[in-house]
Amino acid sequence: MVGIMETPPASRKISVPESNDSSLLASAPAKLNVEHVNFYYGKYQALKDVSIAIPQNHVTALIGPSGCGKSTFLRTLNRMNDLIDGARVEGKILIDGEDIYARGVDVVGLRKRAGMVFQKPNPFPMSIYDNIAYGPRIHGVKSRKVLDNIVEKTLNSAALWDEVKDKLKQSAFALSGGQQQRLCIARVLAVEPDIILMDEPCSALDPNSTFRIEELIEELRANFTIIIVTHNMQQAARVSQQTGFFLRGELREVADTTKIFTAPDDSETEAYVSGRFG
Amino acid sequence: MSVLAPNSVSDRNKSHDAARYRNRVRLRKVQNVVMLGLCGLAAALAIVVLGLVLYFLVLKGIPALNVHLFTRVPNHVVENQGGISQSILGTVTLITTASLFGLPIGILGGIYQVEAKGWFASTVRFLTDVLSGIPSIVIGIFVYAVWVFPISQKFHQSGYSAYAGGFALGIMMVPTVMRTTEEMLRLVPNSLREASLALGATRWRTMLTVVLPSARGGIVTGVMLALARIAGETAPLLFTIFGSEFYSTHHVRLRLLAHHVKFTVPTLNAPVDAIPLRIYNYSQSPIVAQQNIAWAGALILISLILILSIAARFATRSKMLQEK
Repeated sequence: MVGIMETPPASRKISVPESNDSSLLASAPAKLNVEHVNFYYGKYQALKDVSIAIPQNHVTALIGPSGCGKSTFLRTLNRMNDLIDGARVEGKILIDGEDIYARGVDVVGLRKRAGMVFQKPNPFPMSIYDNIAYGPRIHGVKSRKVLDNIVEKTLNSAALWDEVKDKLKQSAFALSGGQQQRLCIARVLAVEPDIILMDEPCSALDPNSTFRIEELIEELRANFTIIIVTHNMQQAARVSQQTGFFLRGELREVADTTKIFTAPDDSETEAYVSGRFG
Repeated sequence: MSVLAPNSVSDRNKSHDAARYRNRVRLRKVQNVVMLGLCGLAAALAIVVLGLVLYFLVLKGIPALNVHLFTRVPNHVVENQGGISQSILGTVTLITTASLFGLPIGILGGIYQVEAKGWFASTVRFLTDVLSGIPSIVIGIFVYAVWVFPISQKFHQSGYSAYAGGFALGIMMVPTVMRTTEEMLRLVPNSLREASLALGATRWRTMLTVVLPSARGGIVTGVMLALARIAGETAPLLFTIFGSEFYSTHHVRLRLLAHHVKFTVPTLNAPVDAIPLRIYNYSQSPIVAQQNIAWAGALILISLILILSIAARFATRSKMLQEK
């Protein structure tokens, strides 16, 4: 009896699907290079010396317990943290070799290149069509014909076209949660980004909708570089080729997904992925 | 004694506790019913007061209503043959003038308070709260001092005008409009703002195309409340519009598609009349016919506000905010 109590709880091993091939990871060029980034909310340091290379046309998952800084990190990549009072970034973040925090960088252009999908589906209070057309319109597309094409193309890419093609003029709020999230992904695709940042995109969705989004992520990675923050380790194992583990503001370990979930170097990474905390 | 009388100390304690418990439960239930009843009574009283006001308005106003009220100006030879059409026109003119001045300041100021943080925004918020507490008669005197009197001195003409009245009413609108705009904008979820900013939109674009439309219903309600309030204000008008018993209008010629078109528009730099001012004057009159017209005027004023609110509600109802 006493002996059983002393052994650690049975670890839940997470298997990485064999289809999830990360063998090309090492040869992929880095789309994004993050070098020694520190991030502060006022006096509180939320990120400590984070360095990571994000390979092009791959999915990088960021995992870690709540409050570890993974969402903060994601939001430094398109400068969404600029809006917070007292936020401060040190270090370098390079997209295609350009420092996005350099003086004179156009934040509008940066956010166009690095689109973001949020935790909760957040469609605008407009029609489905206008939701998609919103981004292209603010970037100067006026022609109805061009907009029509963008709407159809992106809704197709987001695997939503067949479900909504007859109700493009209806309110986006009439869609289900999973459909709304795919609409939000289509909305991001419409501004033709290179990078898609996803902040726990499935945490508000049911398992079926989650599955469809994961399928979509797999399809999208042919044309985009994707970074996804997730609380769900199975999801990280299913969709990503590279995984980074955050803890207390530090990036403890980053490696290809198979390695992180089978033979991590860091003991705390091992403890986390085997379910001993977090 | 009862057959069930406890036969040991512990049993006696138990039954004693149970009785105390039952009493406490009964007390709580009574408290619940009493407090709920008091709340219901207060709500009913509020409705009764409103009901009585409307009852008297209809009772006294309907018999005095006739079509002359809307088409004619006062007739002091045969009072009940006259009307108050110049007051109705004047009230519409004043509300429009006040809105042209008060709405942009109120709405843009409200947006500023949401978007800008820091000492200036909070100072503005505090001062508009103070402004909303200033008695309307003081605002009337203020406008008289800074506008009506200087103009009459300088130009040797009447300083009383629709401009002055609209200015006074506009000042009264600003705090209400600014406060409701701010509160309604704050209710819009931050995630919507972020979604728009993340697509590369500027803050102003985001405000204009995403945040404001989401808050439109609430802002319109706030604006309507402000309009309803100023439509019935009398005190600021006592010192600013003077009152009038005829139309103050003039003609404007415009070239439209090679035609000269003549428009008749209200004159803004001359004394005007307003329904509440007319009610105020007539209600003190010893002439019964004028008192009756005052009742009818009150009914017209209330109906005007009601129609305005309903129309605004319909005009701004959005299909895009509803699920299915």
